[in-house]
Amino acid sequence: MTEEPRKVRIATASLAGCFGCHMAILDIDERLIELMKLVEIDRSPLTDIKRFHGRCDIGIIEGGCCNEENVEVLRDFRRHCDVLVAIGQCAIMGGLPAMRNAIMHSDEPLRECLEEAYISGRYIRNTTHDIPNDPALPLLLDKVYPVSEVVEVDYQIPGCAPTGDVIFETLTRLLAGRLPGFEREHIKFD
Amino acid sequence: MSGFTFTIDGVDVPAQDGQTIMEAADAAGVYIPRLCDHQGLRHQGGCRVCTVKAAGRSFSACTQPATPGLQVENETPHINKLRRDLVEMLFHEGNHLCPICEASGNCELQAMAYRLDMTAPTKFPYLEPSRALDASHPDIALDTNRCISCGRCIRASQDIDRKGIFGYVGRGIRRRVAVDGADLAHTDAQVTDHAISDDVCPVGCIIRKRVGFATPIGERKFDQGLIGHEIEERGDD
Repeated sequence: MTEEPRKVRIATASLAGCFGCHMAILDIDERLIELMKLVEIDRSPLTDIKRFHGRCDIGIIEGGCCNEENVEVLRDFRRHCDVLVAIGQCAIMGGLPAMRNAIMHSDEPLRECLEEAYISGRYIRNTTHDIPNDPALPLLLDKVYPVSEVVEVDYQIPGCAPTGDVIFETLTRLLAGRLPGFEREHIKFD
Repeated sequence: MSGFTFTIDGVDVPAQDGQTIMEAADAAGVYIPRLCDHQGLRHQGGCRVCTVKAAGRSFSACTQPATPGLQVENETPHINKLRRDLVEMLFHEGNHLCPICEASGNCELQAMAYRLDMTAPTKFPYLEPSRALDASHPDIALDTNRCISCGRCIRASQDIDRKGIFGYVGRGIRRRVAVDGADLAHTDAQVTDHAISDDVCPVGCIIRKRVGFATPIGERKFDQGLIGHEIEERGDD
């Protein structure tokens, strides 16, 4: 009896993102069934597995880094994955969370940002008047960093979110061993 | 007026005396990428995205007159790389967050990035400048985070509206487009001005209020085709 070929191991994570890119992964729709014959999913919100079980072939990262936990997870992915793919605008250039970077020019930028979000904003109803500071909360970074500023990234797939088609094409081409790029008409930043 | 021909990437292009390379190319259905040049406005030659090569030199095609027998290089890998770098630097110089921008899909900067195969802007550091939003005017808002200093609004306001609402201030990397007044509400800008019309500002800086998402994302101008395809289709006839 011949041994079945080893399935390609994929891990995914959502860092400072909205999970929209993970939703877009599900937009692969019924093609997932064919895909799952070739791959197995290790650590991922899709499997709810929190730690790597071993080395993975492909790591997919949604979102940039806004706190120390994001950096930790991202470095763990780089250590465990042969090919690291950043998907979506947040992973590539910070995206919506990076809007806070542009106000980071005062002397106490992070405080200014948090005060507006939790205390002084016009539509805030915060009865305790506190900025959340539970020790369990990961420490915020001074600004939001794109994935490529923290670790080496192999491929960056733009879009907010990339379409299911683009993600499917990315995965199937990676499985075939090459990702030469996309038709220009399929690439969108929104 | 006497005519002559010159070539762009080896193809004969007819031209008239006094025409720029770009004017002749447009008429012949050859698209040369551009950002600061706009139909009906005087040429500026500022953005350099229309850079072409001829006789061993680089020119901005929007300002350089065509001459008989000139051999112009336009769509070469080398020139497109230069253009892509220019567009990439513009993305890094301002705060260009496509997912939150109401101009996404109608934006010429974004469309130029698509055309020039810029998939992810990562090579340069992000400057992330802190720039003001001017929403003082009842019908118009200015989000200068997205301004690429092309000066199309300046020329439209001066030459067509005869108002001079916009102008350059500062020098070098600090050169910005500013309004002639404390803010836009203190100028005589009107939403009916040509400078405010939807195709003069190539990006999402000049915003006409209350029309923002009338056309949904995904059904906008550059979702229908690459920037420049109308000009290229002229050449197919």
